[in-house]
Amino acid sequence: MTTRTPMIEMRSVSKHFGSVIALSDISMQVYSGEVMCLLGDNGAGKSTLIKTLSGVHQPTHGEMLLDGKPARFKSPAYALDAGIATVFQDLAMVPLMSITRNFFMGREPTVGWGPLKRIDWKYADRVAKEEMSKIGIDVRDPSQPVGTLSGGERQCVAIARAVYFGAKVLILDEPTSALGVKQASVVLRYIAKARADGLAVIFITHNVHHAYPVADAFTLLSRGGSLGSFRKEEVSREEVLNMMAGGAELESLDAELAEFQREDKAKKASLADQDTQPADASSTELSSPRTANGY
Amino acid sequence: MNSTETKPSVAPAAADQDERIQRVSFWKKALNRPELGALAGAVLVLAFFIAASSGTGMFTPAGIINFLEVAAQLGIIATAAALLMIGGEFDLSIGSMIGLAGILIAIPAVEYGWPLWAAILLAFACAGLVGWINGNLVNKTGLPSFIVTLGFLFILRGLAIGTSRLLTGRTQVGGVQDHIPGDWFAALFSGEVATGLFSWMAANGWMATNFAGNPTVTGIPVSIVWWLGLTAVATWVLLCTPYGNWIFASGGDANAARNSGVPVHRVKISLFMFTAFSATIFACIQVMDTGSADTIRGLLKELEAIIAVVIGGALLTGGYGSAIGAALGALIFGMVQMGIFYTGVNTDWFQVFLGVMLLVAVLFNNYMRKKAMEAK
Repeated sequence: MTTRTPMIEMRSVSKHFGSVIALSDISMQVYSGEVMCLLGDNGAGKSTLIKTLSGVHQPTHGEMLLDGKPARFKSPAYALDAGIATVFQDLAMVPLMSITRNFFMGREPTVGWGPLKRIDWKYADRVAKEEMSKIGIDVRDPSQPVGTLSGGERQCVAIARAVYFGAKVLILDEPTSALGVKQASVVLRYIAKARADGLAVIFITHNVHHAYPVADAFTLLSRGGSLGSFRKEEVSREEVLNMMAGGAELESLDAELAEFQREDKAKKASLADQDTQPADASSTELSSPRTANGY
Repeated sequence: MNSTETKPSVAPAAADQDERIQRVSFWKKALNRPELGALAGAVLVLAFFIAASSGTGMFTPAGIINFLEVAAQLGIIATAAALLMIGGEFDLSIGSMIGLAGILIAIPAVEYGWPLWAAILLAFACAGLVGWINGNLVNKTGLPSFIVTLGFLFILRGLAIGTSRLLTGRTQVGGVQDHIPGDWFAALFSGEVATGLFSWMAANGWMATNFAGNPTVTGIPVSIVWWLGLTAVATWVLLCTPYGNWIFASGGDANAARNSGVPVHRVKISLFMFTAFSATIFACIQVMDTGSADTIRGLLKELEAIIAVVIGGALLTGGYGSAIGAALGALIFGMVQMGIFYTGVNTDWFQVFLGVMLLVAVLFNNYMRKKAMEAK
């Protein structure tokens, strides 16, 4: 790989919640001007990983480096100040508050000083409107509550906000999953633009058609562990698809397979009157993940 | 540019439509203001009592000052309760805090010869501590503030009664008025302002005078000044400052606020401290006014404050409301309480009216919020 310093790097990061090991020994590098796509099934640890990156959780072991320097974030506010902006799946928006109030939540622009320090509403409204029009949403009135916007529009407000404030790293948790085709393409174009602007982007999605065109690298997570990072040059779209479906890397999926096996047994037991037979391990190993994932 | 293909409903020529949008949104904005219902209610109540109490003296200067004073005392704590409710929490310990603060002012001043200003500062310090504990308990345990402050409702009331009986053998402490003259700090909570203006108006025949030639109203009670001042400051904070934005965010969705970098815990602790301070201001004014403290003072005031705030358009779930609404809620409260007295209706009915008013306000608020979310 390159000799550049990664914008953000995780070195054997683990996160435990009591006795639950949510993340174990994750290492990952994301460079400026690149999009890292995080892949993995539900419960693979994607959300925990980005929450650790964004300061919601603190790693139990391991360290994170931001631009080569060790970084430890006590809260999301610290991560934001360090230039890591995250768009969470729940968007972190307050529906009853206006677009502008949401846009600048936690980092309001002010004028005046002392007790007369106040929010510069004119400037805030203008910026919110401009940033929204950049992403292709024409806001009629930035003081309207976010709750009146559609899901896609809300997503765009959240991303526009993150890009506006996220100077270095942008983290997106399934930004396209709730969107229609057109709005998803707007979001993807926005990701490409953020990359072109030199941001390091971490992008989580279930959709390979969204992931492959914009990603420069892929990291595959499974059951809290990393199955490795791949450059785009090294893998084809089909291989990525395979990885997302969890069909490959058999050696590391043993535990998962055992689970499928049990499911199979249960299914067979409930389906037919036949006696339950011990499932043939080798055949299940090959077929189960595929059928379980729908193809 | 891809704006035309993605914008949901607006025609491309947005600039041409601005005139029309401007007019529509004026009404929408007016309807979306939380205090609209309270304003309509206040006007309605005002009109009703102007008609019903004609000739009873309710709307003479003295009568107006009377009901404004009732509204003002409630309004002082309602303002703080409004900010807290917008921030997503309740404080049921306000009423007990009033009783405790009164005792904390009266006993050191009367029994131990403290200067009044020191006793008042002691009360404020204790209030700050109570608010800080309330806030921290809510933050650290994640328990509903309803339960935490319900606990403090009893703790503070018990502390007030216990301390008072332990130190003085009584639950009432009188004689505070002797210490007021000459105390610069106590002056902030006692007496009237603009007395010169009222004398001058009486001298010019613009105001009725009593048999001794003094004006019927000698000045504006200091409680009204506190009420208007606190309402103005709270409105400024809510609408114009980052801290106000944090209050809305903390109440609207604490998790989202935290993830956006809002110091939710600090916001909530400061709001709990503010409600305790407001209870202490209330107690100061009352103690200076009556010259005595009583451990039973402030009973049910926490619920009256919540009623005023809800009538004022705040949502019980947080994230929505206004300080002006709370002031209007308190005004309705004062007008009805004194209006029932002036019109000679049995005051027993006051509570019935209060309950009905609360329910109507909540239903109306709920409806308005749905409307606000629909308006696209």
